[in-house]
Amino acid sequence: MGDVRLMKGNEVIAEAAIRCGCDGYFGYPITPQSEIMETLMIRKPEDETGMVVLQAESEVAAINMVYGGASCGKKVMTSSSSPGISLKAEGITYLAGAELPALIVNIVRGGPGLGTIQPAQSDYFQAVKGGGHGDYKLIVLAPASVQEMNDFVDLGFELSFKYLNPAMILSDGVIGQMMEKVELSDYKPRWTDEEIEKISGSWATNGKKAGSERNISTSLDLDSAKQEVFNHKLQAKYRAMEENDVRFEKIACDDADYLFVAYGSSARICQKSVELAREKGIKVGLLRPITLFPYPTIQIQEMLGQVKGILSVEMSAGQMVEDVRLAVEGKVPVEHFGRYGGIIPTPEEVVEALEEKILGK
Amino acid sequence: MTATTEINNIISEENLVYKKTDVLLDNEMHYCPGCTHGVIHKVIAEVIEEMDIQDKTIGVSPVGCSVLAYNYLDIDWQQAAHGRAPALATATSRLMPDKYVFTYQGDGDLASIGCAEIMHACNRGENIVVVFVNNAIYGMTGGQMAPTTLEGQVTATSPYGRDCATTGFPMKMSEIVSLLPGTRFVTRQSAETAGAVRKLKKAIRKGFENTREKKGLSFIEIVGTCSSGWKLSPTQSNEWMKENMFPYYPLGTLKDE
Repeated sequence: MGDVRLMKGNEVIAEAAIRCGCDGYFGYPITPQSEIMETLMIRKPEDETGMVVLQAESEVAAINMVYGGASCGKKVMTSSSSPGISLKAEGITYLAGAELPALIVNIVRGGPGLGTIQPAQSDYFQAVKGGGHGDYKLIVLAPASVQEMNDFVDLGFELSFKYLNPAMILSDGVIGQMMEKVELSDYKPRWTDEEIEKISGSWATNGKKAGSERNISTSLDLDSAKQEVFNHKLQAKYRAMEENDVRFEKIACDDADYLFVAYGSSARICQKSVELAREKGIKVGLLRPITLFPYPTIQIQEMLGQVKGILSVEMSAGQMVEDVRLAVEGKVPVEHFGRYGGIIPTPEEVVEALEEKILGK
Repeated sequence: MTATTEINNIISEENLVYKKTDVLLDNEMHYCPGCTHGVIHKVIAEVIEEMDIQDKTIGVSPVGCSVLAYNYLDIDWQQAAHGRAPALATATSRLMPDKYVFTYQGDGDLASIGCAEIMHACNRGENIVVVFVNNAIYGMTGGQMAPTTLEGQVTATSPYGRDCATTGFPMKMSEIVSLLPGTRFVTRQSAETAGAVRKLKKAIRKGFENTREKKGLSFIEIVGTCSSGWKLSPTQSNEWMKENMFPYYPLGTLKDE
């Protein structure tokens, strides 16, 4: 066992960033995720690993600092919560358009507008379907435990550098504020200049090398024909993500007659609901998408010969349920159950919803 | 002796006293005739060559007429979202403190949409150079009113002349940022005569030297022309600039610490 601690989800994001060799964090305070930057400020990684931590003047500035840092081939990140992510949307689409790797952490709270500071999952559409303008996708990782908050920082960077595309950890106030046992990752040194040259030398804007072409970090091409070719390239990249990097977890699915599909904290609640339902004799399983993009569409389809109905459980008015329905193509009933505005459903409520909306049909 | 051989004799190696810097690329510029950007690009390129920092300089271009600045200088470039260049430059400079990072921004980019980013980069004293081209108009989008547009000036969105009672007053950005402790060198220059260009080059060189000495932020405003936006010939534009811009935006160094 490595370094095992009892820690808050938000604190773990900060700790994992330092340990995975992150070069820079740029943030702006917003509840319920301020502990991320606070933890970094207390830890002072600049003294330890040389990681830069800077409180920006706004979320807009923070994401554009990320754009600048990412352009240098550095491992850089930001974090925020829903209203702040809306402000970052501009920078996020620029990152996608310039094919830059970066990690964005979203500790979601209830909306719309200023909404509430309580947990929600009502930013699924924003994270998975766009948020900013243009045909782009983020790699979206949905942790369901404090352990996964640790693990997905490194994984997020790994995937974002693999595809040269920004990645988002879509968590929420439950996981961010919850304390759990976590095994922290071992320290990885930050990349040296030589390593950056090897990994990102073909595009990083860290000074033009004598005898080689200059690098330009841009999302602009005024030539429509070239812009279309570039968009084809982006789409091919997103298809490759769907091909190679779908992540999911199945719980009690082997003999399931019914299925919950839920991610993040809703999946944690559904784990208990599976137990409660099975005590009542209802054989229900849980499919937990870990990557929300790329989405486990095929894995849901594989359950269709077996299950008679699916309940999508989300702390939203029904967003991911649309992707479940797209996968199912009307072959079995698909319903949504959610509490929102900062209300967290109980496991019992979820079982009642299953009985009423799926078994009752 | 024919005219051609005579010229060839004159341009022999020993007589060459000036050449185009290799840092300036041969790509055809998209700027309008009479535009100040071309001269400013050349001056920056010359300073980069003379200081031998081509491999250590990263330019950050804005949204506006100079959005395509990366086509003209043979260095690494980042193209920023509108107004955000100082944020990109902040991270770039902090993550690579031995590099020379400059932003190149117009008045709409810097003084309007990017007001927060420039204020805070200046206030933090980021170790960067800001090249701020003030021609009192939005050029790229077709000549709309900018925060620096003069009172009474006719633009596409102030067709009856800028009314300061309803649109506010032209912003003197150099004066504003010179009040922030983070700025070390704040100067306002122009580029309409050979003498002005020489002074401008000295200022830009000083900016990059400040970066080398880790002195903090150098803010170099250049009052320039926009013949297309002003709907004047290049010559008339220079006259209009001298008559109207210089009294409101006086040239000179406001701060040098």
